[in-house]
Amino acid sequence: MKAPVERLPEDIVEYIRQCCARRHGESYLIAVLQKIQNRFGYLAPEWMNQVSELMQIPAARVTGVATFYHFFSFKPKGQHRLTICMGTACFVRGAGKVLDRLKELLKVEEGETTKDGRFSLECARCLGACALAPVLVVDEKVYGNVTPDSVPKILGQYGWNEKK
Amino acid sequence: MEKGKVRLTIDGRETVATEGMTIMQAADAMGIRIPRLCYHPQLSLLGACRICIVEVEGQRNPVASCAFPVAEGLKVRTSSPLLRRVRRDIVELLLDNHPQDCQTCERDGNCELQKLAYSLGVRERLFAGERKRFPVDSSSPAVIRNPEKCILCGRCVRVCEEVQGVSNLSQQYRGFTCFVAPAHNAPMAESVCIQCGQCINVCPTAAFVEHSHTDEVLEALADPNRYVVIQAAPSIRATVGEGFGYKPGTPVTGKMVTACRLMGFKKVFDTNFGADLTIIEESAEFLRRLETGERLPLITSCSPGWINFMEHFYPELIPHASTCKSPMSMLSTLIKTYFAQKAGIDPQRIYVVAVMPCTAKKYEARRPEHQAPWGSPYTDAVLTTREFIWLAKCLGVDFQNLPDGEFDSPMGVASGAGDIFGATGGVMEAALRTAYEKLTGKACPTLDFEQVRGVKGVKEASLQIGEGRINVGVANGLSNAKRLLDAIVAKSKQFHIVEIMACPGGCVGGGGQPYPPEGEYVLDSALIRARAKALYTIDAAKKLRKSHENPEIQQLYREFLGEPNGPRSHELLHTKYSAKLPRGVK
Repeated sequence: MKAPVERLPEDIVEYIRQCCARRHGESYLIAVLQKIQNRFGYLAPEWMNQVSELMQIPAARVTGVATFYHFFSFKPKGQHRLTICMGTACFVRGAGKVLDRLKELLKVEEGETTKDGRFSLECARCLGACALAPVLVVDEKVYGNVTPDSVPKILGQYGWNEKK
Repeated sequence: MEKGKVRLTIDGRETVATEGMTIMQAADAMGIRIPRLCYHPQLSLLGACRICIVEVEGQRNPVASCAFPVAEGLKVRTSSPLLRRVRRDIVELLLDNHPQDCQTCERDGNCELQKLAYSLGVRERLFAGERKRFPVDSSSPAVIRNPEKCILCGRCVRVCEEVQGVSNLSQQYRGFTCFVAPAHNAPMAESVCIQCGQCINVCPTAAFVEHSHTDEVLEALADPNRYVVIQAAPSIRATVGEGFGYKPGTPVTGKMVTACRLMGFKKVFDTNFGADLTIIEESAEFLRRLETGERLPLITSCSPGWINFMEHFYPELIPHASTCKSPMSMLSTLIKTYFAQKAGIDPQRIYVVAVMPCTAKKYEARRPEHQAPWGSPYTDAVLTTREFIWLAKCLGVDFQNLPDGEFDSPMGVASGAGDIFGATGGVMEAALRTAYEKLTGKACPTLDFEQVRGVKGVKEASLQIGEGRINVGVANGLSNAKRLLDAIVAKSKQFHIVEIMACPGGCVGGGGQPYPPEGEYVLDSALIRARAKALYTIDAAKKLRKSHENPEIQQLYREFLGEPNGPRSHELLHTKYSAKLPRGVK
């Protein structure tokens, strides 16, 4: 998916201005990047450039900080975010097989987004819901005791069908 | 104990050091050289490589001596079986993540990593494993970035930010996938890089090297249809000797000229002639602006690194920059017009090679503004001092044993004012010698403007010239220049004329100068001073020290150009600038 070239929305720009007005304004860089990622799910180069310009931090340092952290993503996310828990409990109860099924059905690898932009697939370390293992989270909704065979049904609720 | 001093023991020898010094500095003062890699005395401390570790009594683990401060009673060991093993392990790990191509590498014999591996006794590769793989970025006409050879010492990142104020480079990603690159891992050609080449100077390996033109030059020299000529910049005569075993600061003008002839160049021109011409054109421009009061201060335009910096970081100052081409580009233009006409040679057959202390000149030569009407550049190839040294050796030149030669005429005679262009403040001094006489109509009482000499980052002076005062500003190293430029933008200081050199010390500290010999290091003010002194000595020994008194310049105006700043000069010797993207953060 092509990154939108629009500028950051006014409320985020205002937030950046407030950060810069504080002491050691540049130390809010990570907070600013987080705010953008929370809103859009990823960081587009144009937005990082705008952060560099507004905060007067060289762009190389902005991308240096952003790429250092695993948390930040540089690719647009799908309409629905699938997170499969890979914690120990989920893993021993077959999360790996669930992941394989998801990859097979959606034709994506971990960290990727489907061609139609509908789903993106991620793994998490541990979601802390071990009693429900294995756990799959779609957007904000938690699905417990997931099996490879229950995956198509769950996806179906978000507009997926096998023929597509 | 004297106040501010501490007593400590290093390798069993007692010494007194000043508080605030590091163990490494205290050891250096005693003649004990602790091995080091990421450390650079002119850059901030990083402590990344851990090569300089030492044992300190009472400390559980070895500490980095580059960062550990001295203290009363400290007992330090700089060498032990443990330290030797750990240092060797570190270098072995670095080598293992490094291409094994020393024999075909640009820095072979000149590489700090190679020397370190040898001196630490690394004789076999113990940690064969996966190696990082990255593509080479050769998008820039000046600076090539090869992240596979990078050992992440961070010197380039520091010099780009701290000395040049450009901050184009930063470490991206982390761990095994970490590499140094511009923002968004963009190609160097699409970044805010100003092509100054200081990253090349401080790089311990070949992770940064110049975009070489030696192949093209060798090809041109072998082509019987080409008329290949060469010009050498002011600072080359003061630095090229370092490549042939001379001490820094040894002027070798005559041998350099003879070497050029032996290498097969048909004519050897002096860029200093172009420097004299720049002074004539620039001082005419300056006097006109003084008269009208417009676009003051005038800012010099000889340093292509500075021009790139202006276009990316200070586009608002473009109207202030002199429209004069640099001495190199002026001379190249005249070689393919004036000289070609005089000698009856088809200018399209002429191939102009310029030896420059500079990588940004490679970029300048490729600018569309510096193309001849028939579509090829006026300057065909630019060799850095380093490339010239290599080429001379490649072509079998026994430099030390050469007799002295003289530059070819016309465009071979230059005044001392041209020579000092290679040092910070030199362009200003040369301009003042001419401007003084043009303004007052009287002979200049002194030709030595000490106020603008020396390696200080920023120099300011107010000079009485005739009835008025002229305020001058001189800066070298772009972090220093920012102070002057910000004052100009804010109008907090009233300068009439300002000289900016991108590199620390001016061209003698340029990004294309030789890697310093053992025991010396780049950016060292002593090294820069020694090189600059050679130029001032050449100037002082000359009878001809003012650009406007150069008889060949006078002849050029009579025969070809007409008036300074006249229509022909404007067509051939002046240029224009434009704001460039991405815009840099000042």
